Amino acid sequence: MDHFPTNWGRPNYNTFDAHATYPLHVHPQPSSSADGVQHTQQPIVTGTSVLALKYKDGIMLAADNLASYGSLARFKGVQRLQAVGDYTIIGASGDMADFQYLQYILDNLIISEEINPQDGHKLGPSEVHEYLSQLLYARRSRMNPLWNSVLVGGFRDGQRFLAYVDLLGTTYKASTLATGYGAYIAQPLLRKAVEGKEDTLTEDEARKIMEDCLRVLFYRDARSINQYQIATISAAGASISGSLKLETSWGFAEGIRGYGGQTQ
Amino acid sequence: MRYQSHDVDEFAHVRIASYWPRRVSAVGTRVQPSVLSTPSPPPLFSMFRNTYDSDNTVFSPQGRLHQVEYALEAVKQGSAAVGLRSKTHAVLLALKRSTGELASYQQKMIRIDDHVGIAIAGLTSDARVLSNFMRQQAMSSRMTFNRPVPVNRLVSTIADKAQVNTQEYGRRPYGVGFLVIGQDHTGPHLYEFSPSGTSFEYYAISIGARSQSAKTYLEKHYESFADSNLEDLIRHGLHALRETLQQDKELTINNTSIGIIGPKGPHEKVVSEEGSFRILEGEPIDVYLKTMEAKAAPEAAAPPPAVGDEDVQMAE
Repeated sequence: MDHFPTNWGRPNYNTFDAHATYPLHVHPQPSSSADGVQHTQQPIVTGTSVLALKYKDGIMLAADNLASYGSLARFKGVQRLQAVGDYTIIGASGDMADFQYLQYILDNLIISEEINPQDGHKLGPSEVHEYLSQLLYARRSRMNPLWNSVLVGGFRDGQRFLAYVDLLGTTYKASTLATGYGAYIAQPLLRKAVEGKEDTLTEDEARKIMEDCLRVLFYRDARSINQYQIATISAAGASISGSLKLETSWGFAEGIRGYGGQTQ
Repeated sequence: MRYQSHDVDEFAHVRIASYWPRRVSAVGTRVQPSVLSTPSPPPLFSMFRNTYDSDNTVFSPQGRLHQVEYALEAVKQGSAAVGLRSKTHAVLLALKRSTGELASYQQKMIRIDDHVGIAIAGLTSDARVLSNFMRQQAMSSRMTFNRPVPVNRLVSTIADKAQVNTQEYGRRPYGVGFLVIGQDHTGPHLYEFSPSGTSFEYYAISIGARSQSAKTYLEKHYESFADSNLEDLIRHGLHALRETLQQDKELTINNTSIGIIGPKGPHEKVVSEEGSFRILEGEPIDVYLKTMEAKAAPEAAAPPPAVGDEDVQMAE
């Protein structure tokens, strides 16, 4: 006789709990995915490149505002840069649903690690980066990755921090970083403009470099859009700009012949 | 290990011995079963000194948890440990016991991580369980955040663990107290952990047998500790520890342990740049023992402890 009325009419758990001695709340619930479990096989709604560089005062990150659904420019006002705690900004490309999940995880991390203890031990960029790398690597090891490439930029105790982590848990650091298509198109431009000048580049110069790279990406990357945001993290703290518009010129296209709608 | 089991037996003996006179003179509104008021040998259940100490989750009418207080007694039976802190260093000093001439001395200090170490007083076996947990916490922090665990959080975590044992049915409190020293980006720290589930930060503190004598010394001198160098800090610690000794005993290189966090001192040979936790034992502490000054004339005896309320009398 099962003395728990709430078990009546449900599958029993003889192998798990032969004598029904477990309290109700520890009974395994029937899986809602009885036909099997689905893991992420591919990203669905995606963000394209994120760029980041070191400059004199700290770290600058940039990303456009588009979330694509395949080749469709589906969501044109998406913010892909996010502050984490007082010293860190992350930028994500890849699956935007997974990025929103990462934001949820990190928001709760800040609550449990900073807001609840209130003991002055804050998470810096290297802690956030280590945490993300462990999280992403754990997910890929369960064959269910969070499909993102993330740049982590930060400034704490006078030290700049810039590092990369992706869906495999791969990490590296450099004075310029770019994800996605930007790793091919923008990274060479960034290296040429920044390497060796990390300690002298002003914020305005850095902003100009970012805009030039974003413009090239907009011309070349069919998953990009001409609206973007730039974030800085420095001794003054984190700041993320509003949505900005890229200045572009298409005059050169007049002289192009050989494809498109021309008749001659 | 032996001296602890011995301690507990001795403790039980004290509890039983102090039972009879008190019960005979008990007054109050509670009705005594008539069997208890007869002079015949005590029935089995009266081996317990009172009604409220067999289950740690039940309050006595005076609002106390007797099992918790007995756990605090277990800490007092362990040999003394002293901790002090300056602006640059935190040090632990502990008195090691041995069961006899042929036996080795009991370990009193445990390294938790590069930046944290503890001294223990009470049941060594409970200390092994708790220190193992602290090591896991420290490693977990290094794994997930690449950060040494903040010392205050480590101490709060074991205090939370100890508190659960004072509230849940079928458990017993830990029978061990810790002094914890550690450093993080806010500097060196000294904490006391006790099995009642509390943790406090101190400039200087002592736990264990006769630790009140050491506390008296520390209270007299603590204002000079903040700006002391390592040698002075250790010397003060040794003076405080000496106060806990019995008349005919003295501190030797065999019965004393010193734990240090902070930059290298002039008598130390190899210390990491961060000033990691290290335990000095044996020959290396001789140089510190030699800096001790002769003991001043004995002071007046300490005042007798405050009289407890009627349902329990703690052994001294």
